[in-house]
Amino acid sequence: MSIRLESGGRLIDRSKPLGFTFDTNPMQGYAGDTLASALLGSGQVLVNRSYKYHRPRGIVASGAEEPNALVGLGQGGRFEPDQRATTTELFDGLIAMSQNAWPSLGFDAMAVNGWFSSMMPAGFYYKTFLWPRSFWKHVYEPVIRDAAASGLPPKEPDADLYEHFYAFVDVLIVGGGIAGLQAALVAGRAGARVLLIEQTAHWGGRAPVDGVEIDGQPADVWIADTIAALQAMENVTLRARCMGAGLYDHGFALGYERLSDHTPGDGRPRHRLWKIRAGRIVTATGAIERPLSFAGNDVPGVMLASAVRDYVVNFGVAPGRRTVVVTNNDDAYRTALVLIDAGLEVPAIVDVRERSDGPLARECVRRGVRAETGAAVMKVKGGKQVAGVMLCRANGTGGAGALLECDCVAMSGGWSPVVHLWSHCGGKLLWSDEYAHFYPDPSRAPTGADGAPFVSTAGAASGCMASGEVLADAAEKGAAAVGAAYSGDLPQTNDIEELPMQPVWVMPTGALPELRAKMFLDFQNDVKVSDVQLAAQEGYESVELTKRYTTLGMANDQGKLSNINGLAVLSQSLGEAIPQVGTTTFRPPYQPISFGSIAGEARGGTFQPLRRTPMHDWHEAAGAYLEPVGHWKRPYCYPKPGESHAEAVAREVKATRASLGMLDASTLGKIVVKGPDAGRFLDMLYTNKMSTLKPGRCRYGLMCNENGFLMDDGVVARLDDDTFLCHTTSGGADHVHGHMEDWLQCEWWDWKVWTVNLTEQYGQIAIVGPNARKLMESLGGMDVSKEALPFMGWVEGELAGFPVRVYRISFSGELSYEIAVPAGQARALWDAVLADGAAFGITPYGTEALHVMRAEKGFIMIGDETDGTVIPQDLGLDWAISKKKDDYLGKRAQERSFMTRDDRWKLVGLETLDGSVLPDGIYAVGEGENANGQRNTIGRVTSTYHSPTLGKGIAMGLVAHGPERMGEVLKFAATDGAMIEARIVDPVFYDPDGEKQNV
Amino acid sequence: MLILTCPYCGIHCDETELANGGEAHLKREGPGSSDDAFEAYLFDRDNPMGVHFERWRHANGCGKWFLAARDTVTMEVFGTYKAQSIEPPAEIVERIRAKRPDWEGRA
Repeated sequence: MSIRLESGGRLIDRSKPLGFTFDTNPMQGYAGDTLASALLGSGQVLVNRSYKYHRPRGIVASGAEEPNALVGLGQGGRFEPDQRATTTELFDGLIAMSQNAWPSLGFDAMAVNGWFSSMMPAGFYYKTFLWPRSFWKHVYEPVIRDAAASGLPPKEPDADLYEHFYAFVDVLIVGGGIAGLQAALVAGRAGARVLLIEQTAHWGGRAPVDGVEIDGQPADVWIADTIAALQAMENVTLRARCMGAGLYDHGFALGYERLSDHTPGDGRPRHRLWKIRAGRIVTATGAIERPLSFAGNDVPGVMLASAVRDYVVNFGVAPGRRTVVVTNNDDAYRTALVLIDAGLEVPAIVDVRERSDGPLARECVRRGVRAETGAAVMKVKGGKQVAGVMLCRANGTGGAGALLECDCVAMSGGWSPVVHLWSHCGGKLLWSDEYAHFYPDPSRAPTGADGAPFVSTAGAASGCMASGEVLADAAEKGAAAVGAAYSGDLPQTNDIEELPMQPVWVMPTGALPELRAKMFLDFQNDVKVSDVQLAAQEGYESVELTKRYTTLGMANDQGKLSNINGLAVLSQSLGEAIPQVGTTTFRPPYQPISFGSIAGEARGGTFQPLRRTPMHDWHEAAGAYLEPVGHWKRPYCYPKPGESHAEAVAREVKATRASLGMLDASTLGKIVVKGPDAGRFLDMLYTNKMSTLKPGRCRYGLMCNENGFLMDDGVVARLDDDTFLCHTTSGGADHVHGHMEDWLQCEWWDWKVWTVNLTEQYGQIAIVGPNARKLMESLGGMDVSKEALPFMGWVEGELAGFPVRVYRISFSGELSYEIAVPAGQARALWDAVLADGAAFGITPYGTEALHVMRAEKGFIMIGDETDGTVIPQDLGLDWAISKKKDDYLGKRAQERSFMTRDDRWKLVGLETLDGSVLPDGIYAVGEGENANGQRNTIGRVTSTYHSPTLGKGIAMGLVAHGPERMGEVLKFAATDGAMIEARIVDPVFYDPDGEKQNV
Repeated sequence: MLILTCPYCGIHCDETELANGGEAHLKREGPGSSDDAFEAYLFDRDNPMGVHFERWRHANGCGKWFLAARDTVTMEVFGTYKAQSIEPPAEIVERIRAKRPDWEGRA
């Protein structure tokens, strides 16, 4: 069992005990602990269950690479699943819950999966749950999801704040170990703006744990001196608890700073996402130790040798009392020495190499440790905790060996540089036979805008294993980052000679299938050596496909421990060299980052900018139900107390048609197009001819893209000979303006035209209904008679003392005036209209009443009748397409054979036989079936409403040969299987002759 | 996250300030063009691994469209120039040829 040692622990403060709970059991740790070290210090070895077999899982590592120790952290608004215990700093009152176990961590009912593990090999889900198809949705998927559940999602809104932060530096250095510090020192002294970030709370990395001495002093001394020197430089910024999450093109990097994870609720933001632009980036991200593949290497108590060392040295915690060290290299001997120094037992060092007599090995022997060379672990004994290991010959098949009792196994398969960031934006790798790892190829670095490399690696991330090499490499890279060659002195280190490591991917090398089926590569996802070998046998030669087939490296840790071992097993199975098999793709982020940090401040009221019309406050005060339209919020309707939305809409429509309604139309797009060539330009933009429009008149126009599809529509008013005002849809103004600019700047740049988007400069109020003219007269100031202001005309003048432009246009079929007024006076005019309108019972109406009234008139709506595949001809709008023009945008496209076919779906009106409202988007079915056995479709509903005016459901739709089939009854297939019958009718349901709007 | 220099306002634009407009130097085909020519104009686009010419708009800035010559693999930018250009400026073509001797020119 793991224990807290009586003394030691360079990072903890024993005078500050901290209480926490794990699965509601009270435990204790110290300030400076991680949750992982505190759990181990409290004797908690079993921390989780694996994903597929629900096997017991313990802590394997001490940092970001930990695959097992994921917990649900916190409660309520601060609950977050899948938090890594090894990177979670302990605080008083921390609450952690184990995941993926039921009913409890100690007794997991789903562990029976493990008994059948031989029946759940690679690709098990793919192979087993194929048929019958319907079982997927109702049987297989829910069961698998329950069984394979990881953490639960939070139920309450996040209680914390998050923020984004922008930084611009000459040199970004990622990683605050001795390499990062040395590189920062060199770059900082050269005067560059340097940002140095470190993912943990501590500087110096693992040098102090590994007994490194620099310039004759323990590494801690050099680290403290260097930090002090860096802090004294104004041009250098240091950030601990800030992970380099990803590198991107042209020197962009993401930093993920965890400000208050360890002090929750202290008022500071929880996380800060750094968006960094750096001239040069040095990744000093260190290396990660690899596990060894032996049977039972997943039993709790089997850990990385470096992690065992970390827990003893950093936290004064012994993962076990008797630890067997298994290794293929000299570095793991440091763990044995650390354990002996702490007064713990090391019954044996099991070394696969035949010869092991380097200085570290000799020191271990001198201290009385038994070294078994040419030896291997055949298998681990124990269930929820290591009980012992069986030893065998390293190159055998794993015959009966001696049992060695122990409660911890420290394994080391060698070290892999952390090449993730280097690889994120294109850095390539080389294979080292000496260390059996991939390392960055400096000649194929990510390149920037100038074509030169902008990323380099320093220290262990470059593949340097000895601290002397690390510091020399870091000094060189730090200097290169500021365009210099390093010429100063280098710190001296106490490097100890190490014998070559010996790669071993399966232990023992000739292990029989029974053993291989218990050798875990991916601890979290339960991927074993036998799974990868089976995948290779079944023809999965690509490492990317093998990954997805076996789920190797697809767990929360993204294969930090498993990838190299897995692809080595794959390459052995394929009989190919490891570099030929290659790696899977490294993608950001390096470790999971919170969604909160990605969202930053963009949440709730600040989620996105809100556009307000001048009347916005009035709408809110009037109790309007608002709906989003682009970035606007528009009143959908104005429900009175006790009134449903549908009732409010019906009231608004009836009141408008009977007497008078008013609408805030300010969101309507208003683009001024001006210049000697403005008419010519609009003739190209609209399907109809705008150049013939007379000043003082309005014309409805259609705008298509080059594909011929209808893009936007609206009324164009000619203000004077060379000025047009183009009204666009509310959501389309910015897009249409961009469209105009595109053609003006990139195609017809010699045309003399200027465009300005004036949407927000004007408020616009529509006064609609049979009493509209009476109200206009009551407001007074201008002649609004039929003669002075006929339908589709406009005038400028003064209305109730306001400077206005009045358009006689109608989207409702009623007598209607749209009044444009400078935005600053729009609210005052609105109030004046309301006051004078009271005599006519004026009723403000919202967008839904607007939609109902336009549908009653058969007017199309962009986005309802159009969806990017509809041409104006489909909508019976041929009258708005000029036959005389040689060209307009979309004309050539509309001549394509598919566009001119006579069986295109065309606009019609639809009425159900029983007067009910057709469901939106519903399809009409025809005779026969298509190739997939589905009923053929012959049309669909594009707009559908209850018409309060007509007292029945009305709809518009697109139907094959529709206009030729007036009176025919179609069947529409509802989602519940029912068929709804509807008759094809004229789409103009109300006032077909247009008498009401033209009075 | 590219950085491109707007040739109008001179600002080094972060990609978030820009809107991409696809391949540059397309020749518009209108009424009277053959089906093949029109199809090519609408849909056929170069997608090279290497030298490429693109349309960008400084959308969250001065609003101008401009053109950029860059390498789609190495992210090297050979230059940006005004949208009112029938073809890439000679000095940019020279720069590309100097750095990419194998470049076969625009398709």
